[in-house]
Amino acid sequence: MTALVIAEHDNASVKVATLNTVTAAAACGGDVHVLVAGHHAAAAAAAASQIAGVSKVIHVDSESLAHALAENLAAEVLAIAAHYSHILFPATAAGKNVAPRVAAKLDVAQISDITQVASPDTFERPIYAGNAMATVQSSDSIKVITVRATGFDAAAPSGGAANVETPVAQADSGKSSFKGSEIAKNDRPELTAAKIIVSGGRALGSAEKFNEVMTPLADKLGAAIGASRAAVDAGYAANDLQVGQTGKIVAPQLYIACGISGAIQHLAGMKDSKVIVAINKDPEAPIFSVADFGLEADLFTAVPELVRSL
Amino acid sequence: MKILVPVKRVVDYNVKVRVKSDGTGVDIANVKMSMNPFDEIAIEEAVRLREKGVATEVIAVSCGVTQCQETLRTAMAIGADRGILVETPADVDLQPLAVAKLLKALIDKEQPGLIILGKQAIDDDCNQTGQMLAALADLPQATYASKIEVADGRASVTREIDGGLEILSISLPAVVTTDLRLNEPRYVTLPNIMKAKKKQLDTFKPEDLGVDITPRIKTLKVAEPAKRSAGIKVPDVAALVDKLKNVAKVI
Repeated sequence: MTALVIAEHDNASVKVATLNTVTAAAACGGDVHVLVAGHHAAAAAAAASQIAGVSKVIHVDSESLAHALAENLAAEVLAIAAHYSHILFPATAAGKNVAPRVAAKLDVAQISDITQVASPDTFERPIYAGNAMATVQSSDSIKVITVRATGFDAAAPSGGAANVETPVAQADSGKSSFKGSEIAKNDRPELTAAKIIVSGGRALGSAEKFNEVMTPLADKLGAAIGASRAAVDAGYAANDLQVGQTGKIVAPQLYIACGISGAIQHLAGMKDSKVIVAINKDPEAPIFSVADFGLEADLFTAVPELVRSL
Repeated sequence: MKILVPVKRVVDYNVKVRVKSDGTGVDIANVKMSMNPFDEIAIEEAVRLREKGVATEVIAVSCGVTQCQETLRTAMAIGADRGILVETPADVDLQPLAVAKLLKALIDKEQPGLIILGKQAIDDDCNQTGQMLAALADLPQATYASKIEVADGRASVTREIDGGLEILSISLPAVVTTDLRLNEPRYVTLPNIMKAKKKQLDTFKPEDLGVDITPRIKTLKVAEPAKRSAGIKVPDVAALVDKLKNVAKVI
């Protein structure tokens, strides 16, 4: 029994979610191999070979794999799928994009967003925005899985010494091509990997205020910035900052919610944080029901004061 | 060009579901049901493409129990031209792979140029059906769309990815799944609800389409999630900083 982890990487390094996925793969009970499919991705493959618990890295390199297009990446997984009992992807935007394509081609069901491995064929996963936890059993010969990173510890990024194999890439599907991207550049930690997240809601009132109030707090704490759906819908924050059921699922050491009322969809994305702080002037805001420390105050005075006190 | 839009009937997003005491599932008896919000965005986008003259017909499809007809009527009230119900027994747990197979059979019948789906349903939170359909039909896919432009047999799709946006160009026919910021669905008006009642709605059974919908995944147990114990209120910022430094020790 061997599990295959599909690495999430930027060709130069391996993203943290890959490490959590390796831990989930190891819990399935057998050897763990990692597929690094990319372009000029030797550095990422080398990094993957160092991950503790990984016994083999398969590094496929081709220009057609530079942008992790679903059609091409799925073809690489399918080319080696028959050797594996489990195929695991991180439940990131990229992983969720490709995994079902692999599952359907193998004619197997996919188990999405697992938070626990109960046995090699039985897994726990949240449903209904995390308001219920389902324990599900798969009868398929190959289990295709996406792994919620917050459910598993990260494997150690060093200490392993896996062999790296370099098979030839599959042909480009030719049906899809990458035209460009807009990735916000900043020095902040990634939202899903940050130890501290400061998150803003609709109460901030405008994009300018959001930036003016939240940025100094994030800078002071070395934190990532998140937002509620209401703040993103109103244009105060970028789409990829949305924390919640259908946005990013986060579980930092400290989550500071500023002016966020706490709709169930938002709570679904952050309630596994270790310590939750809520700053809100509405004493009835549902966010207080999950907060370890609640401060009933106007965020426009409380947040700057917090920045000065840190 | 036809556009096919699958829509799912789910527990309304405002409902906080309760886990059944026997642990077999969540209680959805007498709970408000609605169209999955991402599917509403999908219908809206398809109707806008028809209004722009890019598409000629919008077909809404729903797979599930008889009551999914209501969801299809809502889709037709937004502007879909006709509906197809693939009616499945209430006691069969209909899973994404089976839905993707049913939809694949309908693609073969209808030959749409574009299939637009919601990126995930808010009940099972699977995020699978669109990608599975694309795989089964051997079509290119662009998931999590925040912008769709169709021209010259291709679609240019802006996708929401971790860290920002990405633009893909895909050849048609293709599968696109919607993210929240693609559009804001219109309000359904009474005249349009009345009009929708007269639109064509065809019903098939999985057998008619030659699809086996036997579930592959068995739910052994559904339980309440671990509850967070209620915390404390602090009087001011100084007290908050003190708690974070000395009690929680997180800063």
